[in-house]
Amino acid sequence: MNGDSLIQDRIAPAVTTSGGPSSPGPRRAPLIIEPGRTEKNYWRDLWRYRELFQVLAWRDLSVRYKQTVIGIAWAVLRPFLTMVIFTVIFGKVANLPAPGNVPYPLLVFAGMLPWQFFATSLSEASNSLISNANLISKVYFPRLIVPAATVVVGLVDFLISAAILAAMMLWYQFAPGWGVLLLPCFILLTFFASLGPGLWITALNVKYRDFRYVIPFLIQFGLYVSPVGFSSAVVREKFGDGLFMLYSLNPMVGVIDGFRWCLLGGECAIWWPGFAASIGVTAFFLWLGIRQFRKLERTFADFI
Amino acid sequence: MSAPVITVENLGKRYLVGHQSAQRERYSTLRDVLMRNARDLWRKTADVFCGRQIIQGDEVEEFWALRDVSFEVRWGEVVGIIGRNGAGKTTLLKILSRITEPTVGRVTLWGRVASLLEVGTGFHPELTGRENIYLNGAILGMTRAEIRRKFDEIVAFAGVEKFLDTPVKRYSSGMYVRLAFAVAAHLEPEILVVDEVLAVGDAEFQKRCLGKMQDVAGHGRTVLVVSHNMALVRHICTRAIYLDLGRVVVDGTVEQALGEYLRMAEARNGLKSERRQGDGRLRFTDFWVENDRGERVGYVASGEPCVLVFSYRNFGCRAQDKVDVGFGLHLPSGERLLLLYASHMGQTLSVAREHGQFRCRLPGLPLPTGRYGIFPRIEINGVEADFPLDGVGWIDVEELDFYGTGRRMVDHSHGFAPYLIKGEWSEGTIAQPT
Repeated sequence: MNGDSLIQDRIAPAVTTSGGPSSPGPRRAPLIIEPGRTEKNYWRDLWRYRELFQVLAWRDLSVRYKQTVIGIAWAVLRPFLTMVIFTVIFGKVANLPAPGNVPYPLLVFAGMLPWQFFATSLSEASNSLISNANLISKVYFPRLIVPAATVVVGLVDFLISAAILAAMMLWYQFAPGWGVLLLPCFILLTFFASLGPGLWITALNVKYRDFRYVIPFLIQFGLYVSPVGFSSAVVREKFGDGLFMLYSLNPMVGVIDGFRWCLLGGECAIWWPGFAASIGVTAFFLWLGIRQFRKLERTFADFI
Repeated sequence: MSAPVITVENLGKRYLVGHQSAQRERYSTLRDVLMRNARDLWRKTADVFCGRQIIQGDEVEEFWALRDVSFEVRWGEVVGIIGRNGAGKTTLLKILSRITEPTVGRVTLWGRVASLLEVGTGFHPELTGRENIYLNGAILGMTRAEIRRKFDEIVAFAGVEKFLDTPVKRYSSGMYVRLAFAVAAHLEPEILVVDEVLAVGDAEFQKRCLGKMQDVAGHGRTVLVVSHNMALVRHICTRAIYLDLGRVVVDGTVEQALGEYLRMAEARNGLKSERRQGDGRLRFTDFWVENDRGERVGYVASGEPCVLVFSYRNFGCRAQDKVDVGFGLHLPSGERLLLLYASHMGQTLSVAREHGQFRCRLPGLPLPTGRYGIFPRIEINGVEADFPLDGVGWIDVEELDFYGTGRRMVDHSHGFAPYLIKGEWSEGTIAQPT
């Protein structure tokens, strides 16, 4: 380039006069952009963008119930009404047994709690990239933040539901055992159970919009397949251990059993082999979700 | 000699575009339609399983938005990137800001990049001005402490103190854009990448933005700016890169790049064909477009004032002759969209010199992005004097913020229409006359 030396002369003063904090400073390791290159410090980048995560989560929360009349009461009303209906259908009409002396509404609500969290997180996460398309195509940030931030919305609904459960337990004068201390672990497990498939589907959703129709269907279906309205012990008694193992491949079986065990005490025992299977499936989906997401992430802006 | 801050080597970006094949006949039987749909379904399913992109249409074409682009930028340089529509400018910026990855090549960056491809990215209409400042700031990569520190400055810059706690959906479009730009203007990255964001807001605000940009540049930061505004490039850039069809044509001084850009724009424009009608007392010799400040431009933004300049040579028109000149503006398909003669405006022109120009100032072309052919014609005392049958050139129109909302492009997701129009919507009923 023949104009090069000329340009150097012109810009040289600009560089030298700019002292102070705004000067280039010590040279850092360069950032290299290449096709197919996965970034070495992706996870550190994710940490650096934690404020964006907070802000996005806060945005989703604060606009969630804007322009609604009863606002946050929706988070109370939905699980409560579902619980009433399930108690009537499964407890009264189908007359399914509850283990020990657990009141049936508590059994249903303890299952409803993680299910709602799972369902909200999964559906919000899988639509998250599409609904943030304008961000994806205009700004860089680790895309993992978007689906992860939406899960926070589910978490808040979850906490509200948990408060209802606490009130119900007071009403029934039912004290949880020491297992309740392990509840945070199971909340984390639910989070991972929804994040894994959520990441995978949201990544696929960018390229193939078919998946946005899959999720509502899957959630509707899963509500009846998972032991939300009934105890998983019922299933095990009916089909035996072998088939129950298969049933436990639904990660929500392990999660819901775990929740009931935590909240309702010893009568809702966990069948550990099945629980291990659920955890295994959750871990697998989490691994698959993150892997697929990372793989497709670099092309999101081109397809969205 | 300062060290490079951006190194771009052999960068290329390929997109796949689908077409409907030409031999697909317009009239087909139900059986054909079913067969074709079944085949499409099969192909798309196969694509999904192989993780390939779904492409509409049955012919796939490769399209290189960028090809073999190499350059280096040093600390403190302000580099303008110019080129016409589809030259790959935005793609280049998107790769540099890591929004999309290149197909080939490599970029090395020694510094934090902040990109500003749009003002107000991520603004949420339901949130208040205050909340949106934090939201937008975080999206652009500012920390909360940083935003808090600059909050008052941002608010003062935007001039929206009174409306801080109003949802931005109640803002006027001007306020919205000002707030959005104010946040962006307070970014302090080491490398700033900007895409034509100065094409928004009123003149006064643009001037302030320009000042802010120069400020950034003056502090030894590196700025890459895409612009169609030649005056802006000339004003703030220390160097310019002219891209065309995805390749670097000129990488040198601003004058070199702008000169080549204008030369190329003009070489493509102007009179080519000798097929003309008329008695030839006056002849068109050249055609170009100017902006309101009298500078030749390669582009006109939708809705922005511009001047069409038709130069002529006089071969026998006398001063007392009544001259009427007009032009038609055509779609590439040949269909005429607009027609404007001086006589429509109640004007009569007269020509006395041997060489001169007819100038037609338009308050704004309400047209979407595209290339529109210009077909002028002269009548002298009602008799056709010149009519170049192939036109004299074209106008490239680009949709920059037509509606004044801060969005760079017109949203065509609801469908495409050949004209753009502005209007205000409201909801409510008008009292019925009794």
